[in-house]
Amino acid sequence: MLNALHTRLLNDFQRNFPLSPRPYLEIAEQLGVSEEAVLSALSDLSEHDYISRVGPIIPPNQLGVSTLVAMAIPPEQLQRVADQISARPEVNHNYEREHRFNLWFVLIASDAAHLQRVLDSIDEETGYQTLSLPLVDEFFIDLGFNLDLPHV
Amino acid sequence: MFDTRDYELLAHVQLGLPLCPRPYEAVGTALAMSEQEVLERLNRLKQQGLIKRLGVIVKHHRLGYRANAMIVWNVPEVLIKALGQRISQFSFVTLCYQRPKQPEWPYNLYCMIHGKDRQTVLAQLEQLNADCGIKHLECTVLFSLRCFKQRGALYQPIDKPVLAHGYY
Repeated sequence: MLNALHTRLLNDFQRNFPLSPRPYLEIAEQLGVSEEAVLSALSDLSEHDYISRVGPIIPPNQLGVSTLVAMAIPPEQLQRVADQISARPEVNHNYEREHRFNLWFVLIASDAAHLQRVLDSIDEETGYQTLSLPLVDEFFIDLGFNLDLPHV
Repeated sequence: MFDTRDYELLAHVQLGLPLCPRPYEAVGTALAMSEQEVLERLNRLKQQGLIKRLGVIVKHHRLGYRANAMIVWNVPEVLIKALGQRISQFSFVTLCYQRPKQPEWPYNLYCMIHGKDRQTVLAQLEQLNADCGIKHLECTVLFSLRCFKQRGALYQPIDKPVLAHGYY
């Protein structure tokens, strides 16, 4: 379903989205199409799940505190434990990974005490230990993701 | 540095700007803020680094990038900063972090590679390890399997600011 306009929007507008009253019109002018075409293409991309949104990426630990958590769960219990954990509002990005530590997720809380309460509560609820790996330093400046999509 | 109105604004826009001709005006209407104030605040938050980037947030998986690897190394403390900066420059690396070692977990440097398939990701890692001269370092690759929950940035009630990062 991806046409040339979709591809340009996916490739070229992951950053520097215009901060001006008519941002979609500005993009449309750059691409030589109408504002309506840009809005409709973005709406298609969103509807078909190619994009999650047009919006900001906010770095970790700027507001609130976060940590990456690893757990080693017996494979036959993984789905059940993962579901218990996913049900918590503080949990984000909960993945199975190929390792003895097979469950990995991000916890975000309002402050360090809140974060610790959630960790303790997960230990207690699941009966397995959380391994908390908070961010020490971040080296990467996120400029978006080069999709390597051909320009149709 | 940031006030309550900034938090309210971020909480509102983090789930996505409306797809209409005047999106900032629409956001402003919802928050009883003028369009100009919305733009001024977002500009400042971007300059202050609280908005890292603003734009189209793509779904890697849907676009065919199905192999997602978290790679971890055990790096001597003195080398970690230089190495982290070096690794971040590879075009296929999407994130790079330092996290603390733990008794059961000897790794302290992390990066993510999203690729179309495992072979490509492993070849990229091989190239990275060779170029950085770190083939001797203890290293583990953790490919993702099931995704149980994925959610973009999520910001809880204003009196308790909680902000996620829209990472991986």
